Amino acid sequence: MRRIVLWFMTTVTIVVLLFGYSTSTSGPSAVGGRTSAVSAGVPVSGGTSSSTSSASARTVSGPTVPTQWGDVQVVLTVDGSRITDVSVPVYPNGNGTDAQINAYALPILIQDTLNAQSAHIDMITGATVTSTGYLQSLQGALDKAGL
Amino acid sequence: MGMPISLALRGRHAADDRGRAAWAEVMAALRAVDRTFSTYRDDSYVSRLGRGELELADCPPEVAEVLALGAEAERDSGGAFSVWRTGPDGTTVLDPNGVVKGWAADRAAAALRCLDATDFCLSAGGDLVCRTLEPGAPPWRIGVEHPDDPGRLIAVVPVATGAVATSGTAHRGQHLVDARTGRPPSGVASVTVVAASLTMADIDATAAYARGEDAARWLGARPGRTGLVVWADGSATPVGSGTTAVPAEA
Repeated sequence: MRRIVLWFMTTVTIVVLLFGYSTSTSGPSAVGGRTSAVSAGVPVSGGTSSSTSSASARTVSGPTVPTQWGDVQVVLTVDGSRITDVSVPVYPNGNGTDAQINAYALPILIQDTLNAQSAHIDMITGATVTSTGYLQSLQGALDKAGL
Repeated sequence: MGMPISLALRGRHAADDRGRAAWAEVMAALRAVDRTFSTYRDDSYVSRLGRGELELADCPPEVAEVLALGAEAERDSGGAFSVWRTGPDGTTVLDPNGVVKGWAADRAAAALRCLDATDFCLSAGGDLVCRTLEPGAPPWRIGVEHPDDPGRLIAVVPVATGAVATSGTAHRGQHLVDARTGRPPSGVASVTVVAASLTMADIDATAAYARGEDAARWLGARPGRTGLVVWADGSATPVGSGTTAVPAEA
């Protein structure tokens, strides 16, 4: 229960620092130099897997999959035929020593359009996260939303 | 050549002067790497070395370190990845960008590792390194951009401590080629790699991508990696032991 509480009722302070980093030949162009501390309480979007606002939404628990680092379980929130949320309530993070080697986990494919903010994404990996593509990128949207 | 840097901190120093000082150190480290390695600056050591104006011994030792990583990647990828590429006019250009990006962010993150009781997620141009110290804290949720539609996600990877790098075609102006043919690899749209270090995640993402249609098989043979290969036709192959994929809807 404590794990789920941490997941959805997190009170961590998140500082997102946004800075444009460029070579001196083009001049120091700062995309933005703002810092902000955001205390995230209850998640904003209604599509969480603890309770859903839509009557047709339901949670689907995937199998608990054993990995070399421990068990992993994925829970999807499904609204009709669309996946609206993905959470990982069972994650190999047992005692302190396990935490050292529980570096990383499995990519979970999303088969439908899932909004980066409603999926509670912290950061984006992708080839368009560059200065030219940044403002239109999901990372740009995430950083802007976090400020 | 600019690159956006995003940092998320949580824990003891998330919002204090030490956190901000660490951020400044990260940026200073990245700027120093740029002065040495940037292929977009004629006066960088790498540009001058590539034109034969310098010997390796005249360069800072980090250059030799990066070139050694590049040589290892060339060997491990069967020649598909190389820091030397042939330009359209036939000249050879030294371009270690496939190695430097992850290597530089890994080193820059040292300042963040010094922050006690502080978790971090640092992204440098879409390559990122994370650390989680707080017991029971949720992992960082990393969204993988869809290579065909950058406004969408194709996958989510939870990472507590580790690194994620992505190589792909969506990056305009990037010269990702299969060094064996000199042409962009066919069949693959992007490769995302999750590894313990960002240096290795970045190298493996670039090398796997350069392998083209062989990307998933090659990545699967690399020890300790999980990842995702997205093919040009839009299908995706997760890589790694015990990986489960949500089945495609009919």
